Amino acid sequence: MLTLPRLQLHRPGSVREAVELLASKPNARVLAGGTDIVPNLKHGIYETEHLIALRGLSSELRYVRRDGGRDGDSIRLGALCTIDQLSKDPDVLQSLPALADACRQIAGPQLRKMGTLGGNLCLDTRCVYINQSYFWRSALGFCLKKDGTACHVVAQGLRCVAAASNDTAPVLLALGASVRIVGPRGERVVPLADFYLHDGIHNTVLEPDELLVEAAVPLPAARLKQAFFKLRTRAAIDYSAINLAVALAVSPAGLVTALRLCVSALAARPALINRLQDLVGQPADLHLAEELGRRAQKQCKPLTNIGVDPAYRREILPVLVRRTVLRAIAS
Amino acid sequence: MSRSSHHERGDIGARFPKVDGAGKADGSGVYTDDLAFPRMLHAKLLRSPHAHARILNIDVSAAERLPGVIATLVGAEMPAKYGVIPWTHDEQALATDHVRFIGDEVACVAALDERTAEEALRLIRVDYEPLPALLSAEEALAHPEIKVNEKAKVGNITKEVKLEFGPVDEAIATAAAITRERYQYAGSTHAPIEPHCAVARVDGDGNLTVWSSTQIPHYVHRELARVLGLPPARVRVIQPLLGGAFGGKSDPFSLEFCVAKLALKTGRPVKILFTREEVFYAHRGRHPMAMDVTVALDAGGRISAVDNKILIDGGAYASFGLVTAYYAGQLLTGPYRFGTYRFDSKRMYTNKPPCGPKRGHGSVQPRFAFEVALDEAAEKLGIDPIEVRRRNFIGEDVETVNGQRITSNGFLKCLELVEQASGWKERHGKLGPGRGLGVAGSMYISGTAYPVYPNEMPQSGVLVKLDRSGRVAVFSGASDIGQGVNTLLCQIAAEELGCDPREVTVVAADTDLTPVDMGAYSSRVTFMNGLAAREACEKLARKLKAAASVRVGDEIELELGTVRGPRGSISFAEACQLAEAAEGAPLSATGGYRTQKLGGNYRGGTIGASPAYSFTAHVAEVEVDEETGIWKVTRIWAAHDCGKALNPTLVEGQIEGSVYMGAAEAQMEEMVYGKQGLLFGPSLLDYKIPTSLDTPLIDALIVESHDPNGPYGAKEAGEGPLHPAIPAIANAIHDACGIRLRELPFYPQRVLQLLQARVPGQERRTAC
Ligand SMILES: Cc1cc2nc3c(=O)[nH]c(=O)nc-3n(C[C@H](O)[C@H](O)[C@H](O)COP(=O)(O)OP(=O)(O)OC[C@H]3O[C@@H](n4cnc5c(N)ncnc54)[C@H](O)[C@@H]3O)c2cc1C
Ligand code: SF4
Repeated sequence: MLTLPRLQLHRPGSVREAVELLASKPNARVLAGGTDIVPNLKHGIYETEHLIALRGLSSELRYVRRDGGRDGDSIRLGALCTIDQLSKDPDVLQSLPALADACRQIAGPQLRKMGTLGGNLCLDTRCVYINQSYFWRSALGFCLKKDGTACHVVAQGLRCVAAASNDTAPVLLALGASVRIVGPRGERVVPLADFYLHDGIHNTVLEPDELLVEAAVPLPAARLKQAFFKLRTRAAIDYSAINLAVALAVSPAGLVTALRLCVSALAARPALINRLQDLVGQPADLHLAEELGRRAQKQCKPLTNIGVDPAYRREILPVLVRRTVLRAIAS
Repeated sequence: MSRSSHHERGDIGARFPKVDGAGKADGSGVYTDDLAFPRMLHAKLLRSPHAHARILNIDVSAAERLPGVIATLVGAEMPAKYGVIPWTHDEQALATDHVRFIGDEVACVAALDERTAEEALRLIRVDYEPLPALLSAEEALAHPEIKVNEKAKVGNITKEVKLEFGPVDEAIATAAAITRERYQYAGSTHAPIEPHCAVARVDGDGNLTVWSSTQIPHYVHRELARVLGLPPARVRVIQPLLGGAFGGKSDPFSLEFCVAKLALKTGRPVKILFTREEVFYAHRGRHPMAMDVTVALDAGGRISAVDNKILIDGGAYASFGLVTAYYAGQLLTGPYRFGTYRFDSKRMYTNKPPCGPKRGHGSVQPRFAFEVALDEAAEKLGIDPIEVRRRNFIGEDVETVNGQRITSNGFLKCLELVEQASGWKERHGKLGPGRGLGVAGSMYISGTAYPVYPNEMPQSGVLVKLDRSGRVAVFSGASDIGQGVNTLLCQIAAEELGCDPREVTVVAADTDLTPVDMGAYSSRVTFMNGLAAREACEKLARKLKAAASVRVGDEIELELGTVRGPRGSISFAEACQLAEAAEGAPLSATGGYRTQKLGGNYRGGTIGASPAYSFTAHVAEVEVDEETGIWKVTRIWAAHDCGKALNPTLVEGQIEGSVYMGAAEAQMEEMVYGKQGLLFGPSLLDYKIPTSLDTPLIDALIVESHDPNGPYGAKEAGEGPLHPAIPAIANAIHDACGIRLRELPFYPQRVLQLLQARVPGQERRTAC
């Protein structure tokens, strides 16, 4: 079996304790469900001697809550909600059906029971050249992300473009979510649209001593037409070869009043498709769906960081977008 | 007979539950990795990061100094070459001077725990001189001056076979319809759930025991003794419960030699458990093949000629490659009559993990090519795909064009079943856009007349012993790798002796205790081991009856623990006691399967010559999304002629598993290599095998043709039912949208490309 590096496991009982540990132990890392970090540790991707396990924070961070806030109602999801829980939660199913749909398609049943929302939002980026054993990477020649100096995806590339592969991110981006972060310097709320960075080595604004504790979705989302789609080789287990989420508001006259589309599993930053404002006011119909497909294709450049032919992924993207938008409209 | 009473009886034909099933399900089964001994060490293998290189120097001194490291091992300590086939000994447990693929074993470390051993590997210094690597069969052919493996006499050819039966060119010249196309088969691997594992221990008298997750304990026994220079009588090989093999555990592997040598060196038990990645490097999976196939039909739609030029990419070592080169050609000549036939197959050494036998060894690839080509040719003549297969049926008790003797043959019945079950007549060609049906047929061996090493001894042996308690012990060399032979042995004992099958102990695959069986390959086990077991049990049954007749009279019936005669009944145990008293010695008997002389009278004529052939037909149903190329096989009807279903549940399980594996290769499985020869993504995340959600509905249909030579009429069921899955799917996709897939796997992007290249009017195949 592949073995884990030598590690010390810490088990804080509260968010405050966890943050203190993160700040005091050098190179410490957070272990939530462990479904991402454990394989990565076995592959030798991290230099760390300390793991801060979050299980003891479950009573604090495992909740789905509706409440009224400054900006109106929202639905708050604690970072330790499991993926399985979110796929079945009545509130999520009712108000955020696209999120429940995405959760149902993450990994497999066992992993969904272990994996958490926080772990998913903070999922490390993925690349076929990095998520491999130390031996394999040594035979290939190490890369920028760990132990090496070159990138195997973009020749002469100076920045790691490993792919954001989390399936909840595009949905929460399309729904306009924000995340709450706690660190030794206090608490901050960051719109998800500003949370991710263009750097495959570390693709979020989280500082090493910070904890993501919650995602909040403003509840107009419940009135949005929304849909998620995931392209993958197998109907379970596989990470997305492309994932996309769309959310739109439609007036009684059938005109679009708000619109967000996110396409991910491309490079390090899951991002919204830009420059869609001119489509507001258009009828929500096939024409719109096709136009969104064209724009997505123009803005998206699949890479070889994922093991499904990039040219093919790009080629069928308009079809996938069109169908997903039509599904949302019909929802 | 109702299902439940069969279940209780557990004799031949019963749906008797697998004897090791409960242990596999509840976790109590003991696999090799479950074994642990006091003071046991854990070892790890250092592997080559180069696809092809000379080893200039290996320095293990720093690794030896690491606290917790107990011993290291390098190739020079056991340099002898080995291999499963005696003519192609071309592997070393650890390379001494030449590494041939990324993952080739170079050194080994035994430590107190796995992690320390792994850390020690990084301290070993190996100086390599990289050599140019040959990464495809074509490259290996083009560069004879670069030698991948010195065992090749000419260039990089492991084996070339050229055989011609009848005037092929003449038949092609006068054909009414011809298909001449190139078909390409990507390599795939077995992916058994249990990674390879071996444990070795040396006792106080210097006897070595190796427990290994192998499907060939006998060959491992032979090779261990030879390579370690030990008398075979001092070496014992035991195969514990096995978690799948599919051909991937039918070679001797580096880890078996390394644990044995390290146990001898340290005097402590040693274990190696492969990581999943290492299982991919051990490989021995399905060979990539490029096949230039010509199929010629005469005006009546009869197959007048088949010509196949096959280039096989073998990887760094021979494994069963000599046999692969033959099987690729020899096993195609049924269930249809070929007017003439020619094949030229060449297996090349390349700098990649070695290929070997994967379920349907050697013949799955040519079967795919041929069954698609046949469909293409029949379409030109406007003949329905099932009709052309029926019209060419070779029959029973006949000889194939290459001199193989076919006895029973239930292929027509198989075709009829899948035709009816799938609603072929009403649905083929008529399902509407993007949906289609396809058919294919095949034939496979039930063992072969060719023993891997020439000898006059039986290929399989069984010893049965009766106890006064009525307990029956069956000692059998055969390897249960999940196919269920241990269960069948209980059923055979119940059938012949009349004992309760639950009161049978099977002691299997232990070279000290059990008679030799050659191993679980070529679908030989049920046939050969079954006949051996029946022979041993028959001998004992005669003694039991003779002794019991004194008490219950003649005309005795033996059934489920009771011995019944005209004058009353006694229990099975009482009969055993009477027989033991009459014998004046404990009761036991042996049985053996003696190799028959079979096959054509030419060099290689015995390879692929089987005492009985199984037959299969599939109809597959698919749905194709014409905008994305994404397709799905929704259902496969698979009818298989297994001669006699000794246990229908096990036969259905084999059919389902085979269909799954074939459909998997059609959908997504491929060993992909980078430019350096590095296997892309050696994990079960990156190497795609379908999940249950990607698996079609499978209708397993059993056909019984009652073979005159098999045990109770049985033939094989473990490998044959895989073959038609791939071409049936390809033919169904053609029915759905008019494209011909000739390269595996049928990735959506390949499908989409062909869809886009269609000319107007080609969208659908015209129904015949
Ligand atoms: C075979 C397999 C298939 C998978 N398929 C999918 C898939 O299809 N889609 C998908 O999205 N994911 C997939 N995953 C990944 C994973 O299972 C999920 O993303 C899961 O939600 C991760 O959550 P976790 O709690 O297990 O994360 P962990 O492994 O515990 O953590 C992941 C990362 O996030 C950090 N982290 C975790 N929680 C916090 C927090 N609260 N604050 C700050 N940092 C934190 C950790 O330090 C770590 O770097 C798959 C995993 C496997 C092994
Ligand atoms: S994108 Fe480049 S740098 Fe990043 S993990 Fe992949 S190969 Fe390494």
